[in-house]
Order: sequence, then structure tokens, then C-alpha cells
Amino acid sequence: PAFGLFIFTIARDPLRIIILIAGAFFWLVSLLLSSLIWFIAVKASNPQDERLQKGLLIFGVMFSVLLQEAFRFLYYKLLRKAIEGLVALSEDGCSPISIQQMAYVAGVGFGLMSGAFSMINLLADALGPGTVGIHGDSQLYFLTSAFMTMVLIFLHTFWGILFFHGCEHQRWWEVAAVIIMHLTVSGLSFCNPLYVGSLVPSYLLMAAAAAWAYLLSGGSAQNLRRFLLCKC
Amino acid sequence: MITFMSNSDSEEEPCNERTSLMSAESPPVPSYQDGLQASEAGEAQAHRKRRAGSSRGPNNITGGETSGSGVPVRESALENDEEELTLKYGAKHVIMLFVPVTLCMIVVVATIKSVRFYTEKNGQLIYTPFSEDTPSVGQRLLNSVLNTIVMISVIIVMTVFLVLLYKYRCYKFIHGWLILSSLMLLFLFTYIYLGEVLKTYNVAMDYPTLFIVIWNFGAVGMICIHWKGPLQLQQAYLIMISALMALVFIKYLPEWSAWVILGAISIYDLMAVLCPKGPLRMLVETAQERNEPIFPALIYSSAMMWTVGMAKPDTAARGPSQQTWDAAEHGREHLRSPSHAESQMSETRSPVPTRPITSLEELEEEERGVKLGLGDFIFYSVLVGKAAATASGDWNTTLACFVAILIGLCLTLLLLAVFKKALPALPISITFGLIFYFSTDNLVRPFMDTLASHQLYI
Repeated sequence: PAFGLFIFTIARDPLRIIILIAGAFFWLVSLLLSSLIWFIAVKASNPQDERLQKGLLIFGVMFSVLLQEAFRFLYYKLLRKAIEGLVALSEDGCSPISIQQMAYVAGVGFGLMSGAFSMINLLADALGPGTVGIHGDSQLYFLTSAFMTMVLIFLHTFWGILFFHGCEHQRWWEVAAVIIMHLTVSGLSFCNPLYVGSLVPSYLLMAAAAAWAYLLSGGSAQNLRRFLLCKC
Repeated sequence: MITFMSNSDSEEEPCNERTSLMSAESPPVPSYQDGLQASEAGEAQAHRKRRAGSSRGPNNITGGETSGSGVPVRESALENDEEELTLKYGAKHVIMLFVPVTLCMIVVVATIKSVRFYTEKNGQLIYTPFSEDTPSVGQRLLNSVLNTIVMISVIIVMTVFLVLLYKYRCYKFIHGWLILSSLMLLFLFTYIYLGEVLKTYNVAMDYPTLFIVIWNFGAVGMICIHWKGPLQLQQAYLIMISALMALVFIKYLPEWSAWVILGAISIYDLMAVLCPKGPLRMLVETAQERNEPIFPALIYSSAMMWTVGMAKPDTAARGPSQQTWDAAEHGREHLRSPSHAESQMSETRSPVPTRPITSLEELEEEERGVKLGLGDFIFYSVLVGKAAATASGDWNTTLACFVAILIGLCLTLLLLAVFKKALPALPISITFGLIFYFSTDNLVRPFMDTLASHQLYI
């Protein structure tokens, strides 16, 4: 689905593609820094201690989430500057791309990159021979990974919109809500392999974020109804 | 900024690569009429809208000047407008370059992942005489540095040689050399590549079929690259030979040497293009002075260029007509008979100025595209291919390098828009790529592996 989003909405406009790739780049850099911190922490600690390792992992995950949000903020700053530049350059005084579109594209960029990193090795291994969960792990590993990745991609997209909107209108509580949601989703994934605990709330959160982003983008229940009715 | 890259022939013939990035403009000619720019902007805008299919108003590219051997015909814009336009259409050009670079990388990565031939070590080129099978780390490092020095000096010598030939107008020699090298690439390497691919997928092909296929492929390729052909076909061929060349490099360069070579070549590129006495810079300037296009076999150009010699710039007849892509095909036919076209032009100059005359438009139209040298393609693909081949983090590392290279390309094009002269395309992208490769391989991979095994998500 994320790819579908990409093809239908982003691939037409070159500027959006650039913003997408730049968004992916920013996510990548944040991942790099967070893994650097984790790596240092692991090297500096006792490799035998299981609990410590788990604790460090959790710490790494949280830190990574915070770093991602920090980079999203940096990216927002960069895009603001870029929009001013574009407005100055354009002929009719208005920017060729609005900040909301940018928010959407940035969110998709983040999401695609994070999803790709989460899934792609899995997919490559899935092409080869093997049985899922042979060592007593859950047999639904691939399925749940796929669903989790998808929900994460969508969530990144919505968070992008919410985040940028919050920054635009100086509503810091929105920004804080995004960060808290991100932390929650990551934290929920700690419940794995108890999949009920992680997938279901994540989807609920995604639905909530979707509705919120939709309302923020100017949609409403009437629009939705009209859209659906026109189609049928 | 143009990236220059002459195809290296093979292991036997010397490799000659130069890279720089340049925009495909000839030196701007001062505009002479205001109406010209207005009409130009108008039609370019309409043209852009039609072509891009987007609703963005300001996204336009004016038709550039012809940079053929004739006199520059058209004025693109006023000096102060030019900057805005350059930056404005920057996005479109970036994408026009993204797509071929991405395609090349995809081809290389797909081949590396599936065909095992290219990851087996079967010897080394004579350009990298020092082996890397030494027991100690220091010795290996030393050998790789020596390999790099040998390779770079070979490249420098070949580049200087080519520039000297160009300066002293030994065109025939250069053309012959290029033709020979592209012949070799198209036939020999394709043969090897096809053989390996067929072997991997266990598909049998008899020799007559093979002969016909390769003969057709090679012949059409020669025509497309060195003579005239549809732009997309030419681009496709250039991408393919870049990919083949990159595959050869990946196979025959030992590990550490490859990375050191990549680093050294980006430094060399930086110096060769920016220093006043740099060979690439001299090549570019000479080409611009003589108002000639640089050899088509060395550069990937993202847009069409028709070289039409017209004595007088035709202002009035330009009119606000739409330039469509059909003009492209139409214009190509016109290109074959320039004399006929000129007479046609002189006839149509007299009628009503504002009447849109599409044939005239086609002849004068030249898309101002960005040109990227083939060497850049090759080295980008080498980076990504090596990442795919040797990294243990597999796809993550490859993906990271890919994004890094694309971002580097973006930044380079941005700098191009700002500086407006030939810029090296390699340094920024390769630096980013190298940083990301090493860091992803060593830092991110353990992190992601641990996360994946616990199925945690960040």
C-alpha cells in the first residue's frame, strides 16, 4: 500500500520525489546516530548480562524514537526555508507546493524508509527455503511483521502531517502527542510475540491518527460522504 | 556541470574516466528583445505544462540556445531571469537524472545478487597489480593504496592524452578510439554478461541465436550512441554500458582497493574539474569555446539537442505557439536536412510574425537539459554494487548507499544551479555513499538485526 501511495500521489511531481528522498535520508541519518549510541553502549557493557542487554535495547529503541522525532523537526525547519526560497522564485508569488503536501510527502518518506529497513531483509530471507518459527517462535512471524510494518508506514505518514501542522500553528501539544504516540507504538512492540498486545492498539492508534490528520487537512465527514457517494 | 566519462574499453585497453557535472548550456548570448523573453517564457511555460502534466505554473524551462556547430540561435532568457529559471526547473532535471542513475544501479544490484559470476574472484586487472591476499592487515592496506596510485595515474595519463588530442583537433583519432572502445563494450561484455545470465538461469541458447541477438544489440547500440537515434534508446544504451562497465569493475577490483579507489577518484574528480589547469576543466572550456557538443559517447544527456545552424535569430516568428513533444520527432526529421530547413525558415520569416509556425519552433527548440558523464554512472553503480556484493547487512546497506548517492546528486545539482559551471559530480555523492556504507554496515546492522530478532519496531 505504501508503494501505491507513492505511485499515485508522489511520482508525478519531481519536487515531491526530491522531498521524499530527502525525508528518507533524514530518517536514515537519525537511525545511524541512534545505532551509534546503542553500539557504543553495548560495547561498553557486559555482553553476558541478558537483562542488561534487553534494557539497553529498550533504551536504544526509545532513544531512536526521540532522535527520529528530532530529525523530523529538523526536516521541518529545512522545508520551511525551502518553501520561502521557492516562493521567492516562483512567478506568481505562491509556492508550487504547500506545506501540507510537504508534510505528507515527508511523512511518506520517513515511513517508506523505516518500513524498508524493517522489512527488506525479512523479505529477502522469505524468498529462500525455511520454515517459520521452527525454534518455537510464533509461526505468524512474517505476517505480523508485514502488518506491523504497514501500520508503521502509515503512522509515519500521519505523524508527518500532524507534526508539521503542530509546528506551523505553534500548537506544541500536537507535537508532544505525536512523540508520545510514537513512543507508545514502539513500546507496544515490546509485547511481541504477544501479538494481540501490539498489533491491535497500533491499528487503533493509526485509525485515530488518520482521522485527526484528515480533519486537520481540511476534510470533514461531508467531504468523505460526497467522495464515496460520487464514486458509486 | 557536466560529467565526463569516456568509456573504458576493456581490461586490455586503458581506462579513461573523467567525471564532472555540467549543465548543457552554451555560453549565454545577451538577449536582444523583450518580446522575445515574454513569448519564450509563455511558450516554454505552456510547453512545460503540457509535458510535465502538472499544474504547477512556474515550472518552466525555456528552450535553450542551440549549442551546435552553428551560431547560437535563440536567447533563452534575460540574465536575471535565467537564474530563477535555472533554479525553478531544477527539480525536473534532478528527476531526469535520478531515473537513469536509479535504473543503472538497479541493473547492477540485480545482476550482482543473482549472477554469481560477478562476485567470484578470478584475477585482477593489470591496473591493480598488487594482490590483496596478503596475511597482514598492514600489507593489505599498503597494497590497496599502491593499487589506487597505479589506477589513478593511469586515469590521469589517459585524461591528459585525450585533452591534448582534443586541443590539437585530432578528432578522427578520438572518434576512432571511442568507436573502438564502445564496440568492445557492446559486443564483448554483452556476450560475457549474457552468457553468465543464461548460465545462472539454466537457459540454453544456441550459437546462431546468440550471434543474431548480440549482433543486433551491438549494431543498434553503435548507431544510437555515435550517430543519431531516439533519445530514450540512446539513454537506455548508455545506461546499459555503464552497468556493464561497473560490473566489470566490481568483479575485478579487489575489496579494499575498490573503496580506496572510489575515495581517490572523487578527490581526483574534484581537482580535475575545479583547478584551473585541470584536464577536465580544459576539455569543457575548449568545447564551450568552440561551441561544440562534447562527444555523445561520453555523456548522458537528459534532453534532446538539435544542432541547427541559423544565421539570424528569428524573433518574430517564434510566437506563442505550443511546443509539443511531437515536435521532438518532427524536429529530428528536420535535422536530417538542415539545408532544406533553412530555406524553409527564410521563407516563413516573412509572413505574419505572430502566426505560430511549429516547424520553426521545432528547429529552434532545444531542451536545456543537464548532462551527466558516464563515469559518474559507473562509479555510483560500483559503489552500490560493491555494497550489495560484500556487505553482510545485505539490503539495508544497499538501500542506505542508494539513498545517500541520490541525495549527493541532489546537492550537486543544487550547487550546479548556483554556480552554473562545470562541477564534479562524484565527490559529494561518493563521500555520502562511503560514509553510509561503512556506518550502516558496522553500526546499523547489529542494531537492526537485534531489533528484528525481537521483533521490535522503532
